[in-house]
Amino acid sequence: MRNLTLTLCLFLSVFSSATFAASAIDTFEFESIEQEQVFHDLTKVLRCPKCQNQNISDSNAELAKDLRNKTYELVKEGKTQDEVVDYMVARFGNFVRYDPPITPATIFLWLGPLLFILFGFLVLYKQAKNKNRKEDELDSNEAIRLKKILKQETK
Amino acid sequence: MANTRKIIALSVPLLLFLVVCFFLFKGLYTDPRKLDSALIGQPVPEFTLQDIYDENKQYDASIFKGKKMLLNVWATWCPTCYAEHKFLNQLAGQDIYIVGMNYKDERKKAIRWLTDLKDPYKISLFDKDGMLGMDLGVYGAPETFFIDSKGIIQYRHVGDLNARIWEDELAELYNGMQ
Repeated sequence: MRNLTLTLCLFLSVFSSATFAASAIDTFEFESIEQEQVFHDLTKVLRCPKCQNQNISDSNAELAKDLRNKTYELVKEGKTQDEVVDYMVARFGNFVRYDPPITPATIFLWLGPLLFILFGFLVLYKQAKNKNRKEDELDSNEAIRLKKILKQETK
Repeated sequence: MANTRKIIALSVPLLLFLVVCFFLFKGLYTDPRKLDSALIGQPVPEFTLQDIYDENKQYDASIFKGKKMLLNVWATWCPTCYAEHKFLNQLAGQDIYIVGMNYKDERKKAIRWLTDLKDPYKISLFDKDGMLGMDLGVYGAPETFFIDSKGIIQYRHVGDLNARIWEDELAELYNGMQ
């Protein structure tokens, strides 16, 4: 019986410390569900500058933690999603956004595929046009020969 | 005539190929972890921070005006900063004005570091919570900002300063600064 109590105590203490540890990672409290939603959306669209290909909700880097805290602070102050993104971009550049804006540097990425398709159509169009013209072009001798052939066929 | 047009038309894929090659080749030698600072061309953000040695002494952004200087972000938890420190002492010996910013660190450890390894900084800021670090877009240590005499950030170097990098590119940049 004593053994059992001891095991139970041990089990409870391990269990409680585990839950404590889990909740100590991140505890953010919000005044409204909307704010919480904004915060969660933000931590998904903001990219951690230190860890390259993780958003700040995924990353455990010290910097990602700082950015999460700052985001929380700003959201609590009532800042909108765009305002928080602008705040981060002003400090860390467009790199923090997973959705890069159209700038002179990125315009080619946005328009490139479209230009490529247009270019393809242009090539197709030109080729088709050339082909038509070649078929139309028959000099007088050829025309006479063609007539002869057709006459023979109809006989 | 038709021949030249044909040659031009056929060389388009070759040109495209070369352009792609150029960018991919360049990509081999650029470090994607080094990001351009978003603050280039802008003044150092406003702040109030304590001196690392004396908590009663406070500084603000006005310390960055009047002469060109480097702002070095460092911490005792950063091994690269340790490697870099010797070279910073060398730079300080060449009369280069360096302001240090101790980033998310403990005051005691930082003071011990500066006493043991020599202090290359004219002013040492203590940014315990990383407040100025956040405003500067610091995403790791060490980082070094090049600030001109008007207090405008001209360049940010990510990673350690060393003799090779300094002579190859940074000295020219520093000397060219107003």
